[in-house]
Amino acid sequence: MEIDKSLTANYDSKSIDLLEGAEIEALKASSASIIPDPDEWLNEEIKRNIFLTTLDWAINWARRSSLWPAVSFPACCAMEFMSAFVARFDLARFGMENMRSSPRQADLMITAGTLTWKMAPQIKRVYEQMAEPKWVIAMGACACSGGIFANSYAVVPGYNHIIPVDVYVPGCPPRPEALLYGIQTLQKKIARMHHSITVPDLKKALEPEGVRGGA
Amino acid sequence: MTVALSGIEVARQLGPRFPEAIIESSNQAIVVKKEQLTAVMDYLKNSPELSFSFLSDITATDYFDYFEITYQLTSFEHNHKLTVKTRCYDRNKPVVPSVTGLWQGANFMEREIFDLMGIEFSGHPNLKRIFLWEGFAGHPLRKDYL
Repeated sequence: MEIDKSLTANYDSKSIDLLEGAEIEALKASSASIIPDPDEWLNEEIKRNIFLTTLDWAINWARRSSLWPAVSFPACCAMEFMSAFVARFDLARFGMENMRSSPRQADLMITAGTLTWKMAPQIKRVYEQMAEPKWVIAMGACACSGGIFANSYAVVPGYNHIIPVDVYVPGCPPRPEALLYGIQTLQKKIARMHHSITVPDLKKALEPEGVRGGA
Repeated sequence: MTVALSGIEVARQLGPRFPEAIIESSNQAIVVKKEQLTAVMDYLKNSPELSFSFLSDITATDYFDYFEITYQLTSFEHNHKLTVKTRCYDRNKPVVPSVTGLWQGANFMEREIFDLMGIEFSGHPNLKRIFLWEGFAGHPLRKDYL
C-alpha cells in the first residue's frame, strides 16, 4: 500500500535521525551527575518528631498494597522478573499482579536491564508519564551502576543518571527472592511516608474562613 | 550437516573466469579483490553448481593495516557453505562495494558495519547509522577508538 505523499511531506528520515541524535546528546549532557535518592524525608520523622496519623497510615497502606508496575524491561533481568511474576514466586501476593502497559496507570517502575543512551529518552518519557506518587526500583547491576558495561560508549551508567531511584537491587541478575526483598523494602519505605494532609490540617480546613483569619 | 567448501577448490573453479581476482585461498576462505567483489559474488550466487542463494552474515575486522570484511554464504540447494573475504587498505575513507543488489539481507548488516566500523558500502540504498544515533563521534569497534 502506498503511503499518502502529503503525510510524509512534512518530514524525512534524515531530519528525524538528526532530531533523535540531538535529543540523545542533550540528555547525555544534562545527566552527567547522579540524581540523589528521593528519600530525605525518611529522616524527617526523627528530626521533626512527626508521628504518623491514622490517615497517613491508611493512605500508605493503600499505596503500598497495590503497586502496579509499568513495563520497562530493556534487557535480560526481565527474565528474572517474569520468574518472580508467575506462580512459583507469585508477585500477586503483594498486590502487584497488574502489569500496566500504560505508564499513566502505573506507580512503580522496575527497571530490569541495561539502559543504552539510545533508549534513555524513552525511559525518561515513560517515567514522566507515570502519575504521582511514583517509585523506581533499579533491578540488577546494570540498572544500579551500569554493571559490566559501565565504561561503554553506549550504556547509561545507572538509571539514577536519568530518573530518581528509590530502591537498588544488586545482582547479575538478582534472584526473584532478591527482587521480592527489594519490593518489601520499598513497601516499608512507603509505610513511613508523611503526607501534607494531617488531622489538624483537616480541622483547620473545615473551620469557617473568618475564624481561621482571626486565630 | 552443511558442508564447508574448501576455499582452494572454489578458487580453482573461479580461476579461469576471474583471473587475478582472488588474492589468496585457504581451506577456510577465499580472499577476493574488492574491485571484483561484485562480479565474483554474482557468479557465486547465480552459477548453478554453486548457487549461494543465502547470505548468512557479514562481519568486519580491523587489522590496523587493513579492514577485512567477511561474507558467510550458504547454499540451500547444495547444502554447502563458503567464506569469502575482501580487504580494504584505506583507513581514512574505506569503501567497499555493497552486495545489497544480490542479497537484500545485506542491507542491515552493512549498515551495522558502517555504524560501528566506519566502512562505507558504495551502492547501498540507505547507508546511515543503525545502532548509534546521528551525531555520535567515531566508530567504536575500530581498534584505535579511544
